[in-house]
Amino acid sequence: MESNNKKAWLYLLPAIIFLGFFMIYPLIDVFVYSFEEGYNSASQSYFGIGLYNYEYILHDPYFIQALKNTFILVLITVPLSTIFSLLISLALSSISKLRELFQTIYFLPYVTNTLAVGLVFMILFKPTAYTDGFVNMLIGLFGINPVDFIDGPYWAKMLVLCIYTIWVVMPFKILILTSALASVNEDYYSAAKIDGTSKFRTFFKITLPMISPMIFYLVITGFIGAFKAYSDAVALFGTNLNAAEMNTIVGYIYDMLYGTAGGYPSYASAAAIVLFVIVLTITCINLIVSRKHVHY
Amino acid sequence: MEVVLEHVTKKFKNRDKKKDDIIAVNDFTFTIPDGKLIGLLGPSGCGKSTTLNLICGLLTVDSGKIYFGDNDVTYLAPEHRGVGLVFQNYALYPHMTVKENIIFPLGNLKGKDKLTKEEMNNKALEVAKLVQIEELMDRKPNELSGGQQQRVAIARALVKMPSVLLLDEPLSNLDARLRLKTREEIRRIQKKTGLTTIFVTHDQDEAMSICDHIIVMKDGLVMQIGRPQEVYDNPENLFVAKFLGNPPINTFKGYIKDEILYLGQDGVLDVKGLKDQEVYVGIRPEAFVLDESGRLKAKLIHEEVMGRDKSILFAHEGAESDTIRAIIPSDTVVSSKDGIVSFNLKHHKVFLFNVSDESRIYFGVDHGKQ
Repeated sequence: MESNNKKAWLYLLPAIIFLGFFMIYPLIDVFVYSFEEGYNSASQSYFGIGLYNYEYILHDPYFIQALKNTFILVLITVPLSTIFSLLISLALSSISKLRELFQTIYFLPYVTNTLAVGLVFMILFKPTAYTDGFVNMLIGLFGINPVDFIDGPYWAKMLVLCIYTIWVVMPFKILILTSALASVNEDYYSAAKIDGTSKFRTFFKITLPMISPMIFYLVITGFIGAFKAYSDAVALFGTNLNAAEMNTIVGYIYDMLYGTAGGYPSYASAAAIVLFVIVLTITCINLIVSRKHVHY
Repeated sequence: MEVVLEHVTKKFKNRDKKKDDIIAVNDFTFTIPDGKLIGLLGPSGCGKSTTLNLICGLLTVDSGKIYFGDNDVTYLAPEHRGVGLVFQNYALYPHMTVKENIIFPLGNLKGKDKLTKEEMNNKALEVAKLVQIEELMDRKPNELSGGQQQRVAIARALVKMPSVLLLDEPLSNLDARLRLKTREEIRRIQKKTGLTTIFVTHDQDEAMSICDHIIVMKDGLVMQIGRPQEVYDNPENLFVAKFLGNPPINTFKGYIKDEILYLGQDGVLDVKGLKDQEVYVGIRPEAFVLDESGRLKAKLIHEEVMGRDKSILFAHEGAESDTIRAIIPSDTVVSSKDGIVSFNLKHHKVFLFNVSDESRIYFGVDHGKQ
């Protein structure tokens, strides 16, 4: 037993060393940084220990803006993308012809570079000196005045960011949900059919509970992913996100470290810890909710 | 309710498009009398389940008609046929309790049939009592044993008071002991409700033991319909003879010469009125009677005593298999000379079949059927 234990530790050692060095140590370090006031990375010195870093970022309008943007993004994109993905998956699983073709098409965004897609979105939405852009042309057909979606009002920019995010995250969800739907035993549907169950009731009483573990998984990873959004905003609005009022928490952390006004690892660490606490809280709430509603 | 199938045919497209369609059910015609328990019996892939699905409406016929009583239900949707179906894997909704499972079909009723919560509960309790699961109502299916799940599935099929109850391989997922118990249970429930019940099985023991009638199928064709004992005693073709009976029938290739049936060198049986020809011969294990002056001589291999019966295994040149099994009472003393045993045959346990189409050749007075 004793020697077995030692052996086990020996086998675990490579993983533990790498995890400890690259994950656990930095995690603790970020935590420590966030409490060191006035840390200077050049001299590796600081004035004292305290909550000043947190106080600073929570009073920083840019951070508040980033917090607000992130929350709006999360609350809009996670439910919408999940619902749309579910609808598309249902449609996909109810057709037999061309299913594979459509599956491939829907999966394309997943394997396309974020920045390239961002550029395409920008061209679609951005008015230039010569044209109002494709989207403005479309909404113009309904008699709506052109809007500058990239450099214009806040809501317009947020709209583009949300549409873009939903578009980017959907392929993965569709993939997961299509396979979840396919894994539901056909006999359940036959049984429901013999009992004369309506399509509506079959979906809500049988299909949805059966795939609820997968939906739950997608919601949790969706929340976490959306809270960590950054590259999407950069792809659309460039690197000066604070000026565009489109910064996210991760964007704020990056700016604090490497941005033009950066060089403040303490503030960045404090922001990272705040993000960590938010994600942890949301995930815990998700778990509690799921225990009530996710079946078996 | 009486169920009538008239020339029902169902084809499936072959996956390989160059090949012909697969005919799962070929020109079925039979009548299932009201209130009887019917077994659809056949080897796997013979079209039993397809037939069941045609009756319940999950599949639609390619040609032919299906009647429930006087109603033509051939193209009626399953929910309007009034059938209850128990699936092979039970298909209980895993996220619902037993009670919710049983009530589920009632929740689909609309308009004037709509039930209040209390009426639903009462109905569920009623069927739960019938199948004796009333103390399990709040459990989830995965907390139940196979036999209990089976009962829940039957209760769910019964709760809407169907006119026909269909069971697809109801016993195949149960262990041997439970299988015996459950088949009695199915019989009891069927008797009590008086429902026309059709059940699919590949196990002849199951079908023989509880069914009023059995329908033996092979490759989408009906081979024989009748009471289990009738079919056993009077198989209409070689397939039915081979399929029914445990231990299985012994088959020989023999010939008739001068109104005597020969197996190899032995002229074993007088067959009056039959012309000289080659025949397949089926001999039930219980047909053999030890007799020192018997006409069938065979090489003794081995004896097995199993409770009240004794099996004698022996070899014969005319047999299709290496060993032949005879069953005799266990207190019989087997006497052999130089390893050779002699038998006489009970001639009503011996069946002759045409070599060309494997259909039955009748002979003698005891085989009344012509």
